[in-house]
Amino acid sequence: MSIQIKNIRIIDPLTKTDKIGDIFIEKGKIVSKLSQVPSKVIDGKNKIAVPGLIDIHSHLREPGQEEKETIATGTRSACKGGITTVFCMPNTKPVTDNAPSVEYILMKSQKEGKVNVFPIGCITKNSQGEELAEIGILKKAGIVAVSDDGLPVNNSQIMRRALEYTKMFSIPVIAHCEDKELSKNGVMNAGKNSMILGLRGIPNQSEEIMVARDIMLSELTAGHLHIAHVSTAGSVELVRQAKKKGLSVTCETCPHYFSLTDDAVKTYDTNYKMNPPLRRQEDVDAIKEGLADGTIDCIATDHAPHTFEDKNKEFDLAPFGIIGFETLLSLVLNELVDKKVLSLQDAIAKMTINPAKIFSLKQRGTLSVGSIADITIIDTEYNYEYKKEDILSKSKNSPFIGRKFKGGAVITIVGGKIAWSKKDGIIN
Amino acid sequence: MADINKKIILDSKHIQLSITKLAKDILSKNIDISEIAIVGIQTRGVYLAKRLLKELLSIKKIDIEIPFGILDITLYRDDLGEMGADIPTIKDTNIPFDINAKNIILVDDVLYTGRTIRCALDVLKDYGRPKSIQLAVLIDRGYRELPIQANFVGLSYYTKEQVCVELTEVDGQDVAYCCD
Amino acid sequence: MPFNRKDLLGLQDLDKKEIQTIIDSVKPFKSLFTRSIKKAPALVGKTVVNLFYEPSTRTRTSFEIAAKRLSADVVNIATATSSIVKGESLIDTGKTLEAMKADIIIIRHSLAGSPEILAKNLNASIINAGDGFHEHPTQGLLDLYTIYEKKKKIEGLKILLVGDILHSRVAKSNIWALTKMGAKLRVAGPPTLIPKNITDLGVEVFYDLDEAIKGVDVVNILRIQMERQQENLFPSVHEYVELYQVTSERLANAKPDVLIMHPGPMNRGIEISSSVADSTSAVINEQVTNGIAVRMAVLYLLAAARTKQGKKHVNTN
Repeated sequence: MSIQIKNIRIIDPLTKTDKIGDIFIEKGKIVSKLSQVPSKVIDGKNKIAVPGLIDIHSHLREPGQEEKETIATGTRSACKGGITTVFCMPNTKPVTDNAPSVEYILMKSQKEGKVNVFPIGCITKNSQGEELAEIGILKKAGIVAVSDDGLPVNNSQIMRRALEYTKMFSIPVIAHCEDKELSKNGVMNAGKNSMILGLRGIPNQSEEIMVARDIMLSELTAGHLHIAHVSTAGSVELVRQAKKKGLSVTCETCPHYFSLTDDAVKTYDTNYKMNPPLRRQEDVDAIKEGLADGTIDCIATDHAPHTFEDKNKEFDLAPFGIIGFETLLSLVLNELVDKKVLSLQDAIAKMTINPAKIFSLKQRGTLSVGSIADITIIDTEYNYEYKKEDILSKSKNSPFIGRKFKGGAVITIVGGKIAWSKKDGIIN
Repeated sequence: MADINKKIILDSKHIQLSITKLAKDILSKNIDISEIAIVGIQTRGVYLAKRLLKELLSIKKIDIEIPFGILDITLYRDDLGEMGADIPTIKDTNIPFDINAKNIILVDDVLYTGRTIRCALDVLKDYGRPKSIQLAVLIDRGYRELPIQANFVGLSYYTKEQVCVELTEVDGQDVAYCCD
Repeated sequence: MPFNRKDLLGLQDLDKKEIQTIIDSVKPFKSLFTRSIKKAPALVGKTVVNLFYEPSTRTRTSFEIAAKRLSADVVNIATATSSIVKGESLIDTGKTLEAMKADIIIIRHSLAGSPEILAKNLNASIINAGDGFHEHPTQGLLDLYTIYEKKKKIEGLKILLVGDILHSRVAKSNIWALTKMGAKLRVAGPPTLIPKNITDLGVEVFYDLDEAIKGVDVVNILRIQMERQQENLFPSVHEYVELYQVTSERLANAKPDVLIMHPGPMNRGIEISSSVADSTSAVINEQVTNGIAVRMAVLYLLAAARTKQGKKHVNTN
């Protein structure tokens, strides 16, 4: 199959391209010209082609919690959101701390997935934070990073070893930064709102203490530390200083941390319950600053599906997390690009070339000739309301249901094939 | 001030005459004044009851203490939940004497469906067992929905129109008129 | 009267007028208590369910008596004897009760926001009888009414709350109601038991009880939970008594006609000395009596506002 996308605005952050032109796809790759008449021509007028979005933080729940999400449903949801590559966190059941688990995810993705799936392996066995997992074997099986996401590695010595040991594989250690004692029983941001609601709070410092520790350990080991879901002003500043020092530290934030504050929790709606929690406006502002000045490298969803039954409970009892695949791009466009926090080029970079570089993904995150034809076509004039019934994820736990967006993905091309389009939906 | 178009039923002079009539009727039926007690129904029944009490004492020309109480029927209404947002204000009920063995003169301004009186009887029942309960009203406008009858009536004026009574103590003037 | 609510979830939601309406309605209910028959038929035929997920004697009994004095049918459900222990969800329990035609559900729960969940999912009226560290609105109202009854006003009074403010739903409801009615609120306790953001609610924070108590009209003493010591929120009961027990000596600096309140149950000799608890300034038992009248008023107002059928109040002479 060969595709020609005609007269489209091409944005490629790697080469700083922003021009109107044609894109040619043949045999799953981007080529300079086609060897034959294209089997499909896409009119790109008034649309934008960007490298396929890479979401480095998600929970696909398979194996073990297929009632929440499966690789099949999760990747369809991603596809609809314009995402062509997802990393999935290892807190499945069982956890991804062994090669067969990695192989299972890769096999299932091959068979049922609609986008590229790259598993993340555990840092420690069973994510218990006590002994290193067999990271070398996991790497051979196909992981792109290690993380005990959901849990911090409490023991500084273990974290130090992880940062040291992973150096030989050139993969980052993704840190979920949380001082579990400070955040004990906490379910939302600590502050005025938690006091009024009578809910136990999670202070910013619970995150920041661990961010500071892990940065110090990165300094000690020269290991590559990637900090997951940065949510506080203090964390942004710590990363900024680390980068100034030239340390091997990168980080990500999620759309909800630049779109919402803890004021949203007011009605005990558990779709506003996530970890780290929604913070105050000062933090939101600092996250935006961090995105603008390059302190924050990536934007990831932390897509965390939970069933209606899981979430429809007392706030304390409901699990943390929200889904995010289908709102990522629109939130970035509306909250960051439209509000002039980031240029479109820079915003796209944080979901394409930056993650590709940090996690050494070859031939991805760019539209350069020779790279894999993962392409997202965006229509910035596409106005729509995010409706529950339109969600492709198996779970519907989103705080953004009912929000009206301007701009989003209209076609998602994965490996040279149209995988989803606004017009036809998922294409098999 | 009542609208001039309103049909006046009793002016201030006739309200006074009616009270005097009520007092005389009550005395003719209750030879032993020491056994009677007066209870006014909130709101205008209370003021009427006070005037009636005064009238009774002045006719009898004696200076004894006739027990006096006030009663609010709100908590005894049977239409709770059908009143919508317009919840009637609950007013005081204060019956500071033993009603057992008393002849209670229950006083209200207008007698119509009888439902208010039904409530008032229920209230009294929860205070004890009076020797008798007699009902005195300024105006009986007829159209009863319950088998209830007044013992003493100032004026019988049968009408389906709403009847409003204004009293100086609360409204600044004495007048009764049709107020539909 | 301006009161048109399906539920009573907290005093944060009520405006000054609504609070005043409730307070103004209490007296007629209280006057029933002096009769030999302490009952009125206002809620006859209504079903009131006490759904208590936390042990409670006084609040549950108070609600039960209140509902019974209004002639409602009252059902009590406690955790140990219900399907709750079989793992039924809160919403399902609520829906079951609604299917049994409960009109009003009174809920006590250790988790904040539980009443709100029921209110959102059910047509029955929900009354919050205390949820986690969130609110305990009827306690707030009965405290307010007790002060109002004794002092004839709220505006301008200096009112001190002593103890564990952090974990106290009573404190929260008191603060919302009293500040709205114009009182000047103070809180006193160790910094570990006073939330950092409490000043956002317009209260003044004291760590020194003797300073805090100077010139106050009311001292409301909160119960100290022993388990807070295990959380290292204070080093020992011995030290707590030393620093924060309300004693006659300390009260010498308050106004001479100071009122002493306690939501109960009291830890005599810990947060309050026996001499204070038994003094003429103490209105602790009156709080209990008023609690029933206040809850009757709340039940009545909710029941009356409940079935709005668009029917206008007709005169029934």
